[in-house]
Amino acid sequence: MTPAPKQARTMPSKDKRWLIVDATMRRYGYAGSSLIETLHVAQESFAYLDEDALRFVASSLSLPLSKVYGVATFYHHFTLKPQGEHTCVVCMGTACYIKGATQLLTAVEEAYHVKDGQTTQDKKLSVLTARCLGSCGLAPAAVFDGEVAGKLTSAELLARVAKQVGHDR
Amino acid sequence: MTAEELDQIAEEERESTRKCRHRLHVCMAAGCLSLHSDQVKSSLEAQIKASGLEGECRVKGVGCMGLCSAGPLVSVSSQDVTYQDVAPEDAPEIVQGLQAGKPVERLRCPTDVPFFTRQKKIVLENCGAIDPERIEEYIAAEGYAALHKALTTMTGAQTIEQVSRSGLRGRGGAGYPTGLKWGMVAKASGAAKYVICNADEGDPGAFMDRSVLESDPHRVLEGMAIAAYAVGASQGYIYVRAEYPLAVKRLKTAIRQAERLGVLGSSIFGTPLNFKIDIRLGAGAFVCGEETALIASVEGLRGQPRPRPPFPAEAGLWGAPTLINNVETFANIAPIIRNGGDWYAAIGTAKSKGTKTFALAGKINNTGLIEVPMGITLRDIIYDIGGGIPDGKKFKAVQTGGPSGGCIPEQFLDMPVDYDSLSKVGSIMGSGGMIIMDETSSMVDVARFFMEFCMFESCGKCVPCRVGTVHMHDLLRKIIERKATARDMALLEELCDMVKCTSLCGLGQSAPNPVLTTLRYFRHEYDELLVQDDDAAGAKGVAQGAKETVP
Repeated sequence: MTPAPKQARTMPSKDKRWLIVDATMRRYGYAGSSLIETLHVAQESFAYLDEDALRFVASSLSLPLSKVYGVATFYHHFTLKPQGEHTCVVCMGTACYIKGATQLLTAVEEAYHVKDGQTTQDKKLSVLTARCLGSCGLAPAAVFDGEVAGKLTSAELLARVAKQVGHDR
Repeated sequence: MTAEELDQIAEEERESTRKCRHRLHVCMAAGCLSLHSDQVKSSLEAQIKASGLEGECRVKGVGCMGLCSAGPLVSVSSQDVTYQDVAPEDAPEIVQGLQAGKPVERLRCPTDVPFFTRQKKIVLENCGAIDPERIEEYIAAEGYAALHKALTTMTGAQTIEQVSRSGLRGRGGAGYPTGLKWGMVAKASGAAKYVICNADEGDPGAFMDRSVLESDPHRVLEGMAIAAYAVGASQGYIYVRAEYPLAVKRLKTAIRQAERLGVLGSSIFGTPLNFKIDIRLGAGAFVCGEETALIASVEGLRGQPRPRPPFPAEAGLWGAPTLINNVETFANIAPIIRNGGDWYAAIGTAKSKGTKTFALAGKINNTGLIEVPMGITLRDIIYDIGGGIPDGKKFKAVQTGGPSGGCIPEQFLDMPVDYDSLSKVGSIMGSGGMIIMDETSSMVDVARFFMEFCMFESCGKCVPCRVGTVHMHDLLRKIIERKATARDMALLEELCDMVKCTSLCGLGQSAPNPVLTTLRYFRHEYDELLVQDDDAAGAKGVAQGAKETVP
C-alpha cells in the first residue's frame, strides 16, 4: 500500500459532485471518523461507490484503501455496483414475511428474470430486498424509486413495476 | 432562554391554538405518508381556503396516531372525531361537515374501542397531537420544562436519584436499570464524556423508535440533555438508521430549532451546561444495535463488537465514559423529571415499571403503534387492543424481541407482559416488536427466517456466531425440505446451545432463541418434517450434517 499522495484533494474528475463529497470531509476536518458520513454522501451523489470514489475518500481521509473498502463492504447500505434506472425494494422484515413478501419477491424476480440484488440486462430495473422498512403496519410493503407502498398483492406490485419501467419506453 | 421566555412561547402557542375553532390533525408519520396523507393535507388546506374558512381552521401535520392499518388518519378537535382511510377527494365532504357541525359518518373511525381506551400514553403522549416540526408546539405541551427543572432546581445526583426511583429499565431490550447506568457514567472519571442515543432500530418488525423520532423528536433531545447534565457530558450523538430518512430529517430540524432557542448548545438556560447533539447515520448493519459495535460505527469503523468489560460506561466512545440509551428510554426521562420518579414507579409491575410501546404487526386486525402499562396480559394486547386475528383464523404464536426473542404460544396468553415473565418463557421484551402469527404460519419456517437474518447480519468477528448461524440455518432448511433426520435435530440443538454460550455479543448469544422457543413449544412441527434415519445417513454420522453448506 503506497502512502496517500500529497495532492490528496485533487478531484478524480471535473464532475461537480466530487465537490459535495469533499465539502463533507472538510466539514469534519478530514478526520478518519467521518468515513461513514462521507461514504453516505458519495453514494447519495453517485448512486454507488466505485473504485475512484473509494480511492478518493481513502486518500483524503488518510486511511488505507483496505479499511475504506472494509467499511464500504461491511455495511449493507453501501453498494459498489451501479443500480438500474429504477429500483424496486421488497421488504423482507418479519411482518412482511409473515404476510407473504416471498411471493411478491418471486413474482417480480420471475417477471423480469432477475434475482434479488440484480439489475435487468437493459439496466432499467434493480430488484432488491430490505431487512425492514419499519412500515410493518402496512405489510407487505415495497419501495418503488424511494416511494413506499403498502398492503401489496403480487399483481399490484407487478403493475407498479411495469409503470415504473414503462415510463421511459 | 429563561423560564419566563419558555412560558411566553408556550402561552403564545396555546393562544393561537385557542383562536382556531377547528383544528384538523393529519397524520404525517411514515405509515400514513406512504398512503399519501400529504396529499390529503394539501387537499384539505385548499378546500378550507376555497370555503373561506382560513381564519377559523388550521390544518396541521402531526405524528403517528397509532392505528396504522386505518390510515391515512385525520382528527378534528372541535368535533372530537377521527376519520380513517381518508382520500384527498374526501376533503370537500369533511369541510362541509365542519361548517354544518356534522361529522362525516362514512369516514368515522371509532375511538371508543379498546385500541384507544386501553392504552396509557407517556412516551407517545404528544404523538398525533403536536406538529413534530415546530418546537413551539412541543414547548406548549410542557416541553423542555423538565430540562429547566433539572438544571435549575436539582443537582446531577438528584436527577439520577429520580431516574433510579422511577424504576425505569432500558427499553432497548435488555432491561438494564437506567438509573444504575447513569450513576456509573456519572462516577466514571474522565474530562470528556458522551451521551449516545441508540436509534438503530434494526429489529425487523419494530417501528416504535421510528415513530417517536418522527412524531416527537424534541422529547428525545430533552431526555438526552437531562442525561448529559446528570452524567456530566457535553457532546451527544444520535445514531439513527439511514433507512429512516424522515426521522433523520425531523431530528435535524429539531436540533436546529433547539439550538436557535438555546435549549441545546452553550449555557443552556443560562447555566454552565453546554450540550451539543450530532447525528450519525447507520448504514444497515443490525449488529450496530449492540453498544460496543455502535460505538465503533460512530468512530467510523466497521461495526464489530468487542468484549465487555470494560463497559462503555467506563471506556466507550474514543475511550471516554459513554452513556448509551435507547430512544424510548430517553423519551421517558422528561415526564419522569417533571412528575417525579415515584409517579412513574406507581405504574406497571413490581419489577417492570412504567409503560412500554409495542409495534403490533403480522396477522392481527389493528396493526399499529400502542403504549400500554407493564403487566397487561398478552391476551389483552392481542384480542382487546389488537382486535384479534383476521379472517376467523386461529391464533398460533406471538413473536417478541425479533431475532433475539422467541415465539410465545397460546398457553401463555394470560401471562403479564414484563421483563421477567417474558424471559421465563424463553423470549425477551426486546425493543417492542410484536408479530402475531396465525395457524397458517409454519413455526419451523419462522425459525429459519430469523436464523437467515442472523446469518446475514453476523459481523464475522467470532467463530460461534459466524459459522454456527450458517450451519443452524442449513439444518433448518434441511428440515423444511424434508431431508433431515433425528440426528440433524440433535445436532441443531447442540449447536443452539454452543452458539448461545460461546458467542461474543448479544447477536450471537440470542440468535438461537427463535429456534429454542419453537422447539420448546412447537416440537411436533419439527418432528412432522423429519424423515427416517436411514443407514447411509446413520453411518456417516453427525459430522456430515455439519458439512452442509450454502450452494
